[in-house]
Amino acid sequence: MLRYLGKRLLSAIPVLIVVGVVAFLLSHMSGGDPARVIAGNDATDAQVEAIRQQMGLNQSVPEQLWSWFMNLLHGDLGYSYVLGEGVTPTILSHVFPTLSVAVLGELISLIVAIPLGVLASDKHGRAADRAVLAFATLTTSLPSFLAGLLLMIVFVLNMKLLPASGFVYPSDDIGGYFSHLILPALSVATLQIAIIIRMTRSSMIDSLGSDYIRTAEAKGLTRARQLWVHAFKNSSISILTIVGQSFGELIAGAIVVETVFNVPGIGQLVSNSILRRDYQMVQGILIFVALVFIVVNLITDVLYAVIDPRIRERSF
Amino acid sequence: MAADGNGPRWLKALLASPTTLVGGVLLAVIALACFLMPWLGHMDAYATNTSAMLAAPGASGHLMGTDNVGRDLFARVLLGGKASLTVGFSAALIAGIVGLVVGLYSAYYPRLGYMLMRICDGLMAFPAILFGIVFVGSFGQTTRSVVLALSIVFIPMVARVVRSATLANMNENYVQVLVNLGAGGNRILWRNIALNVIGEWIVEVTFVFADAILVEAAMSFIGAGIPQPHPSWGNMLYDSRTYIYSAWWLTVFPGVALALTVFVINMFGDGLREVLDPKKRR
Repeated sequence: MLRYLGKRLLSAIPVLIVVGVVAFLLSHMSGGDPARVIAGNDATDAQVEAIRQQMGLNQSVPEQLWSWFMNLLHGDLGYSYVLGEGVTPTILSHVFPTLSVAVLGELISLIVAIPLGVLASDKHGRAADRAVLAFATLTTSLPSFLAGLLLMIVFVLNMKLLPASGFVYPSDDIGGYFSHLILPALSVATLQIAIIIRMTRSSMIDSLGSDYIRTAEAKGLTRARQLWVHAFKNSSISILTIVGQSFGELIAGAIVVETVFNVPGIGQLVSNSILRRDYQMVQGILIFVALVFIVVNLITDVLYAVIDPRIRERSF
Repeated sequence: MAADGNGPRWLKALLASPTTLVGGVLLAVIALACFLMPWLGHMDAYATNTSAMLAAPGASGHLMGTDNVGRDLFARVLLGGKASLTVGFSAALIAGIVGLVVGLYSAYYPRLGYMLMRICDGLMAFPAILFGIVFVGSFGQTTRSVVLALSIVFIPMVARVVRSATLANMNENYVQVLVNLGAGGNRILWRNIALNVIGEWIVEVTFVFADAILVEAAMSFIGAGIPQPHPSWGNMLYDSRTYIYSAWWLTVFPGVALALTVFVINMFGDGLREVLDPKKRR
């Protein structure tokens, strides 16, 4: 197990390097002089020069890349000249609302998608299966922010059921926390639901075709037991994997949806940073989300090695 | 190439698959409407009219109403569709071609493949929307950099599909026979393997087309996509938020157009997958 863990950690290194290099290139390959862009149009040459010194732009590109990378390893995602604050603390202060939307969205997706996926695999090839698949295609085609706008028109403007926008911290009012979260979470769930339905269905179909299910059937187990206890246990690993792999897109979805509902999370930080032309901040957020994605995938990989000993052995 | 014998059969399968047919026809209708109607109908998507601001659908000759400066919404939805389809299609085409090359070679040459796949892993760690926003921030908010950003984001997805399809083919006897006959890597890849993976490639590129439209819309929605005043479904939805209380049509029409188009493309892709790969049909 320890060897597996070590091996899995090592395999994350090339990915980290690529993420770092690509992000560095994005920030340093743009056409103009970054120092002048940051300083703004009214800056004097001396001010531009000061920023250039501060950013280390006088060094050679490999030197810059190295020092930038070292900062990254220390958790320093850069400095926002527009806000006059470090990027990392600013991002961290916006994480909680985004994470709330993403996690609740993921929960809703799992609750909706898993029963539908299992149903489709049980009725494989029949009308119910086709209906579930059509539903999945429909939710794939509905971008989260559009779902958010439409939900807002229905539930807030017409039915006046839920608050339109904003965010309440659970320490202030737990009921308000959930009533503000439910529409954003439902909106980000759209794409996730489709992904989980497809994965559940196809891995369940594989499981249902295997020998141990035939044995279970021969033993006289009920269909529900075959489906939920025997086949589902095996499929849960694929579902866990896809949940991990789609987590980055889930966060991205939450970021866009936040701007619809004025949730003060990372999404609001992104759109405000775009308006302020604060690209240091946006780049920091990009790397931050990529790092979260890598860590989540590491955790899911390790988790299913814990669940399934075959995976530990297969990797040697 | 045995395509002569397969041609009619392939066509028959296509006609027998209602999903593909309906999806394809609807996609063609949407594309024709977006590209030809504004031109044929002499529609002006930019003309403002202060006497007809936020007119409801149907009022004063505006089928879908007007926006906050009195521009005809129908014309803008069509023109926005033209932009979305063009950007999505261009990105899918570029990502498709580069992804095909990367996928084929990385499967055939394992060492090169290992490196290329690690780069793909790294690129896939970035959520498409955020990568697009940062890219556009660095290289300027133009349609060209939006297309380029989307292409980069989707190359790894195509490359992975092509690579795994190619690897599956490498285990087939015919590849070993060709190697023994002395055929070079390029010849085997392009004259033989490519023809066997092209089906899966087309399906993947279709899905990338749909995804690229969605990501572009999300980028425009957050303010970093196709630049104003050119309409795109995403930036129309961005504008609509201010008037969501008073003018629902500004949200609903571009939104439905976007979702419908992506749905039709996905439907077409699902159908194509069944037609091109009967083994996977289930």
